[in-house]
Amino acid sequence: MNDQKSDDPAAKLAEALPAAVGQATPGAGKRPSAPVRRQANRRRFIRSALMIGGVLGLAMLGYIPVAGAHRARLRPPGALEEADFLSSCIKCGQCVQVCPVAAIKLDDVESGFGLGVPYIDARAQACDFSCDAVQCILACPTGSLTYRKPMSLATRSGMPLARAPLLKAKEKDAEPTLNLAERIGVAHLARPQACLAVQGKGFNGQTRGADFKGRLRYMDVDRWKPVAVREHPYDRDLCNLCVTECPIGDAIRMAETVAADGRKEYRPQVLEQCVGCGVCEMVCPAEPAAIVVEQRAPWRG
Amino acid sequence: MRSFERLRVMFGAAPQRPQVIAPEVQQVHKLKRMTKADFEALKQHARDHELVNHKWRNRRWVVLIAVNLLFTLSFWLDIQILEGSLTASRFVGFHLIDLNSALQVMLAHKHIIVNLFIGTATVFVLWVVLGGRSFCSWVCPYHLVAEWFEWLHLRLAAKKLVSDHEFHRGTRTVFWVVFSLLAVVTGYTVFETISPTGILSRALIYGPSLALGWVLLLLVFEVVYSRRAWCRYVCPIGLTYGMVGAVSPVRVQYRLEHCFHEGDCRKVCLVPHVLDVVIKGRAADLKTPIGPDCTRCGLCVDVCPSGALVFDVKGLNRLL
Repeated sequence: MNDQKSDDPAAKLAEALPAAVGQATPGAGKRPSAPVRRQANRRRFIRSALMIGGVLGLAMLGYIPVAGAHRARLRPPGALEEADFLSSCIKCGQCVQVCPVAAIKLDDVESGFGLGVPYIDARAQACDFSCDAVQCILACPTGSLTYRKPMSLATRSGMPLARAPLLKAKEKDAEPTLNLAERIGVAHLARPQACLAVQGKGFNGQTRGADFKGRLRYMDVDRWKPVAVREHPYDRDLCNLCVTECPIGDAIRMAETVAADGRKEYRPQVLEQCVGCGVCEMVCPAEPAAIVVEQRAPWRG
Repeated sequence: MRSFERLRVMFGAAPQRPQVIAPEVQQVHKLKRMTKADFEALKQHARDHELVNHKWRNRRWVVLIAVNLLFTLSFWLDIQILEGSLTASRFVGFHLIDLNSALQVMLAHKHIIVNLFIGTATVFVLWVVLGGRSFCSWVCPYHLVAEWFEWLHLRLAAKKLVSDHEFHRGTRTVFWVVFSLLAVVTGYTVFETISPTGILSRALIYGPSLALGWVLLLLVFEVVYSRRAWCRYVCPIGLTYGMVGAVSPVRVQYRLEHCFHEGDCRKVCLVPHVLDVVIKGRAADLKTPIGPDCTRCGLCVDVCPSGALVFDVKGLNRLL
């Protein structure tokens, strides 16, 4: 307080008053603290250190499901490679909001760092591209889902599509292709013995039963309004739902061979234009599905 | 220099007594001491005529619930006004991206696309104007839920069933740095995994998730062990917005001449260290803006019986 102007009346008064009035004396707080105080501070410090360790430890537990990768997920179309996808996704769910068939869901806590990250459960509801424009890519604010990937980001061979996929629904449009450069997986006849076509059987009725909630766009019903699959029964002499319901051109065909005894044999054959949308897996009447999407798998030829 | 001191306090330093107190302020401090009988009478008078109100709290709750409801209804009713969740959204088409989420993504992914930049810049400007940590108390759904559980904590504490265990406030700064480093090193947005703000916001919009169990665990911890622990000592979102709010014109202002130094404001405050100035003799100026760590929740404004704490917009008086 000596640096105050001594002819200032207020300063003079303040000088006469004890420090408690408010005139701070530098160094007043530097008194050696009482043992009780020191102990309290030490306890607070230990508590704080434990709390930091605990919260960080819990947060890092999220790494276990990611490292184990035991829950490989099918990501929405246009997704970056998994590591880049997890790092760039901001977990906002805007992709969920724009999907006309509600194919996209957000992952929960058991996915660790994948919490809040979008995925598609193709068997329950596949992406049938009934939005035409791949709306989820359009909605993504961080480029986790993207039409065109920056050169610097990793791409495994077999992931880029040879040419822009033809969307059957847009066949008659001026621009019939989807703006999609990479696949999200590849369909695969995982259980040929369960496949009705392989067995030479037809299919009649509601695929997946009367309780199935999945929806699909049927061009002969309404181009802009996907309807419930159960409301669209089928009647096929030879089951070929995976081939006819596939939204992409040249992605799957029914291969026909003649056996030694002269009997015709059938088998769905996945082609290179398969984008991995999972519609074939959703509509497959076999339980569990004979054809499934291998999530994030490249085309192996 | 004083704003620097306030920043230091936000990062975890203990508030210091002021080095220099203006002469007229010393006069006020002195008068409050020298006319003690009159002062006590004034104090009693103010208490007797105190109008208990929750004006700012009610306004804030309405805003907070309305914002979160707008998110939910935009999806449920497909009205598309505010699409997304609190981490990132679109308001009638304009990108809005939470600053801390954006920071985590930028550090983890190390690649920034135009929409991410635009959304982040928009939100940055928005909260510079609106007061930084006002995000916490006026928007964050966890803040509201924690506020309700805090009431429970205070009830139990009054019955001596639980007590508040304080942590060092510097822990939040440590968390902010460590979570930033973890994002850079691991390439994952580690903090998002445990952020109750994101978890609650998504649950409100997309339906409940198991992650809500973690939020409940935090709330129980706050009730039985440490009052408002997440907001006070952990949440890096709060610190991010606090830094933004350091330059904001919207703040609570302390007016020494109206103050009876009873300390009710410090009892209701989420961040009482910002109200260190209301302790008798601590004020260095007649009017002091409350520091950047203040969430502008207005509880102190509501509780003050003598109007010593008021909302203030810097430069607005000059403008009008």
